Amino acid sequence: MRIVLNQERCISSGQCCMIAPAVFDQSEDGTVLLLDASPPISEHQKVQEAALVCPHSAISLSAQDE
Amino acid sequence: MADTSETVPEWPFPRDMKCPFDPPPGLINLLENSPVSRVRIWSGETAWLVAGYEDNRAVSSDDRVSANTRRDGFPFALPTIRTLSVGQPLIMALDEPEHGELRRKLLPEFTVRKVNALRPRIQSIVDELINSLIERPTPVDLVRHFALPIPSKVIAEMLGVPYQDHEFFERVSDTMLSNPDESRNASKELHKYLHRLVDSKRESPSDDLLSILVGHWIDGEMTKDEVVGIGHVALVGGHETTANMIALSAAVLFLHPDQAAELRESTDPAIIQNAVEELLRYLHIAQSGRRRIAVDDFKIRDQQVRAGEGIILAGNIADRDPDAFDGDTGALDIGRRARHHLAFGYGIHQCLGQSLARAEVQIAIGTLLRRIPEMKLAVDWSEVPFKDSNLIYGVRALPVKW
Repeated sequence: MRIVLNQERCISSGQCCMIAPAVFDQSEDGTVLLLDASPPISEHQKVQEAALVCPHSAISLSAQDE
Repeated sequence: MADTSETVPEWPFPRDMKCPFDPPPGLINLLENSPVSRVRIWSGETAWLVAGYEDNRAVSSDDRVSANTRRDGFPFALPTIRTLSVGQPLIMALDEPEHGELRRKLLPEFTVRKVNALRPRIQSIVDELINSLIERPTPVDLVRHFALPIPSKVIAEMLGVPYQDHEFFERVSDTMLSNPDESRNASKELHKYLHRLVDSKRESPSDDLLSILVGHWIDGEMTKDEVVGIGHVALVGGHETTANMIALSAAVLFLHPDQAAELRESTDPAIIQNAVEELLRYLHIAQSGRRRIAVDDFKIRDQQVRAGEGIILAGNIADRDPDAFDGDTGALDIGRRARHHLAFGYGIHQCLGQSLARAEVQIAIGTLLRRIPEMKLAVDWSEVPFKDSNLIYGVRALPVKW
């Protein structure tokens, strides 16, 4: 899995950070910080949830391997 | 748009109060048979009613849709909201770029990290209230002595509003959300109060959100009206909604003792967290529908929306959409995957306080279940006063005993 963030679309809802804190963090101004663009399989379900829940479609996922 | 057709139903639809936790039967019917339809609102004008989950998300994110209440034909939920919008628009009535500029000034105070840092304080507030609660002779009103004070104290502390004024701001908030005739006066009272408070913060700043915003005002980055507007939204939005969620969650769990037991006995925080997401989905208290107006022609499914037409996003029925959630969406199931609900809205206006609201409901319900496990309703369900004609659903009182 490869995560592509559209940083401009981030509206700082922080939901990705709540759902997958090992993969997404929140900077001081509230915008997303990607901790791991190719997360391990154990995180995949949470990352998919985060992408679905993001209120502004800022998270895209591809099946591309590293 | 004027439409004299008699087949256009009046909005909002009435609930069947034998099923007080379900959306109106008329709305359930629309989701199934006519997910994009027309309704007539209080002004006599008609608007589009959007019931499906995917459509709700799509329209919430569409640039051809505006939240600007000053646009001609905007489908207000109450006649008084139109008069209120004559002054400085509140943040939910702004489009980009003004909306984002204002929202970005508030974001740092509502990050997940900031909210998590508040959890111990929220827990103390809840513990103190329960300590008082258990000393009271029953029946006790759970709204007055638990559900309402929790978010009221939390937001008052966060903003820097003196809690001793809580009866005042609870009263004006309730009036604004329930009483069209008095709503305008209530809003004026609140504005006057906030103007005075903001002035006093300027003179002697404190470590609170209003003082931070006053700092922006002093630096010329915000106007005083914007600061007051944020105070208004945070105060009203920050306590009435969460209070309703806490009370309704306690109430609905009385009907689901197995699930309540599961929550009570679990030591895994993920269980209560997921339960609160399902409660948010199932209760979806924003019952009047989110209001928008089209600024260009576009289609929702096969329906042609034209520029200038009003749109009502019925998120409550969208959160029952069987295409979006597994299992019986009409039932409460705390194990269901419900994180993608629309209870806080969707798109750029999604509730700024949602992390705070979640923390409060998780802590309130989790603690209540453990501390007073035998709590039950003290009256007949037919005697519970539901706020079925308010903008936000809830109960006026919840008499309980144990």
